[in-house]
Amino acid sequence: MSDFVSDFWNLYVIVIVVGSILACAILLIVQGKATFTPGKTMGHVWDETLEEYNNPMPKWWSWMFVITVVFALVYLALYPGLGNFKGMLGWTSVGQHKVEVDKMDAVVKPMFDKYLAMDLKAVAADKQAMEMGKRLYLTYCMQCHGADARGAKGFPNLTDGDWLYGGEPEQIKETIANGRMGVMPPHEQLGGDTIKDLANYVRSLSGLPHDSARAAKGQETFGSAGCVGCHGMDAKGMHAVGAPNLTDKVWLYGSSEAAITETITKGRQNQMPAWKEFLGDAKVHLLSAYVLSLNQGAK
Amino acid sequence: MSGTQTTYNDKVVRQFAVMTVIWGIVGMLVGVIIAAQLVWPELNIGPWLHFGRLRPLHTNAVIFAFGGCALFATSYWCVQRTSHARLWGGPLVPFTFWGWQIIIVLAAITLPLGITSGKEYAELEWPIDLLITAVWVSYALVFFGTIAVRKVSHIYVANWFFGAFIIAVALLHIVNSMEMPVSLTKSYSMYSGVQDAMIQWWYGHNAVGFFLTAGFLGMMYYFVPKQAGRPVYSYRLSVVHFWALIFTYMWAGPHHLHYTALPDWTQSVGMVFSLILLAPSWGGMINGIMTLSGAWHKLRDDPILKFLITSLSFYGMSTFEGPMMSIKTVNALSHYTDWTVGHVHSGALGWVAMVSIGSIYYLLPRLFGKSEMYSTSLVTAHFWIATIGTVLYIASMWIAGVMQGLMWRAVNTDGTLAYSFVESVKGSYPFWAIRWLGGVLFLTGMLIMAYNMFKTMAGGKTQDMPVVAPAGHHA
Repeated sequence: MSDFVSDFWNLYVIVIVVGSILACAILLIVQGKATFTPGKTMGHVWDETLEEYNNPMPKWWSWMFVITVVFALVYLALYPGLGNFKGMLGWTSVGQHKVEVDKMDAVVKPMFDKYLAMDLKAVAADKQAMEMGKRLYLTYCMQCHGADARGAKGFPNLTDGDWLYGGEPEQIKETIANGRMGVMPPHEQLGGDTIKDLANYVRSLSGLPHDSARAAKGQETFGSAGCVGCHGMDAKGMHAVGAPNLTDKVWLYGSSEAAITETITKGRQNQMPAWKEFLGDAKVHLLSAYVLSLNQGAK
Repeated sequence: MSGTQTTYNDKVVRQFAVMTVIWGIVGMLVGVIIAAQLVWPELNIGPWLHFGRLRPLHTNAVIFAFGGCALFATSYWCVQRTSHARLWGGPLVPFTFWGWQIIIVLAAITLPLGITSGKEYAELEWPIDLLITAVWVSYALVFFGTIAVRKVSHIYVANWFFGAFIIAVALLHIVNSMEMPVSLTKSYSMYSGVQDAMIQWWYGHNAVGFFLTAGFLGMMYYFVPKQAGRPVYSYRLSVVHFWALIFTYMWAGPHHLHYTALPDWTQSVGMVFSLILLAPSWGGMINGIMTLSGAWHKLRDDPILKFLITSLSFYGMSTFEGPMMSIKTVNALSHYTDWTVGHVHSGALGWVAMVSIGSIYYLLPRLFGKSEMYSTSLVTAHFWIATIGTVLYIASMWIAGVMQGLMWRAVNTDGTLAYSFVESVKGSYPFWAIRWLGGVLFLTGMLIMAYNMFKTMAGGKTQDMPVVAPAGHHA
């Protein structure tokens, strides 16, 4: 596609660019023809002592100038620069990128494809595959999940054997390939006192210190306010919607009463990006096996 | 008026010269702090003193406060003496001083508060942008008004450069700062997407070309021949390199956007003009250094000349490095690394700061009725400390930059990256520590300069000097 809305702008760019480069050369040539009197001044004096010699420009400097001008013209004949003219070499930055990617793909694609044919559990047990998986992880995943894969606030720990969307090999692969949108709706309408009850109940589920009377009231609200819809009657969560298990020791946003209150009041929104389009199936497969392997000790 | 016409307006030069040193210390101190924050991240205390807010404060302070005051002081001194006339413009003259100081103070308040338009080197929000425009137009009126009332027919070469710098900066500032205010402290750029990026770097590179180059070449063309006591080497060279420089710089911006969404043709045009820029840039260096030919011995015991000539050497070095880095294949390695930071500082410390420091050392005794600085040996000490600091800074950033570029592009046999980004950060720590040390040395030099300045000022006379009649009138 042309970068210009009309041919006028194409010509405009060509004329101005070539004209400007030639103008540099003309300036040099015309001024070089002046009469020089080396070692003598121009005859003007400012501020008592400021004068100028009428020396010629150094030859080596003039030639350096000429060489850069010639280079510019040659370059613009070979490469895109003069409006729509593509340049004699037909080079484009997109093309250069494609050549480099294709060249690398030809070498590395078979290495990844080999594992695509294998079962995820088998890949997770393959030492060489896991070395490659780790390198992919350190390039694409560690920014959020950390170099040690233990996550951070809002970013799940991948080594603890606890899963928001399920830890079966195919579930992990689905998470990486297509991403996930995690939404905890806000419940501000319940009011501060009721939310405090709920927070105490949620803490009681994990055996954390809590106010028993409030926890008892919170348990009733947990059933009546709709919490069970996602977190379940037993509060153990639901993989289908990514609702976390509230009875374990794993906390994505913190276990303090304040943190839980904030989660219930304001809700939470979280997103795992989808990687299939960007990385391709083979790399997603390898990364899934790598994440699986991180949990072998945890299970 | 006839009474005041007989003296130069040196009060404003005195004000700007002193503030050059003060703002230099402030701006470089902030630079040393952010350099330390990179080595010791725990020094990022709270949002106000965070690296992300102090970094624009550093760049604004050193470019516009330190560099700006130096340019005002030297251009006002030079244009009066080479026009043989008192500064034109009456109240506009003190307005440029006080207006500029208010702008600097507003920058120092708003940037740490996080009030920014987000455009590099043009972060200040729209009310301050308007004030900058008012001050700058006044500056142009004063400068060109003085040229208009000059008593000699020929305009001295230094004034060409100062004049080009004033006109181009007005153009750059106004075009790049076109923005839509939504509140007193927030505006949005009139441009969007890749056009915004192109306008921004057209501005950004010409801020280097005109604010940090043309203006300081004007400084060089006055103070080098004055201090060397020799005529400028070649009038013709100054004609060619002046026109070629101010014309070609305007095209070079796209080299900041290689391998981006900017169309390939624009990138190529930016690259070839950046290469053509080599000779016009070196023209200034040659003309300055060759002015000293036949008087090289003066370099041995004149620390002011040492500052001026060393600054030209750094200018030549960084204007060779710049065109080289604009070549796409080199840029693919250097872009986004500390090499760029090193390149900027070889220009900023080596060229801009050193030529300013040398010029201010020339001015200070003359402005305060003394024959020389309080201590010449402290000036010499300043020179060596500043030079060592600059070399440490540039060398460490070269090594760190090339290392980062090579680490980022290294791949394993399976095509995955050999190093994660954080590994390149970890590898950079020793060089960031050396860079910080270089900055500390440079700042130390400025503190020595301040001490020397206040000692020189003590008991000094601040009488304006009478306007000198043009040479032709003597004959």
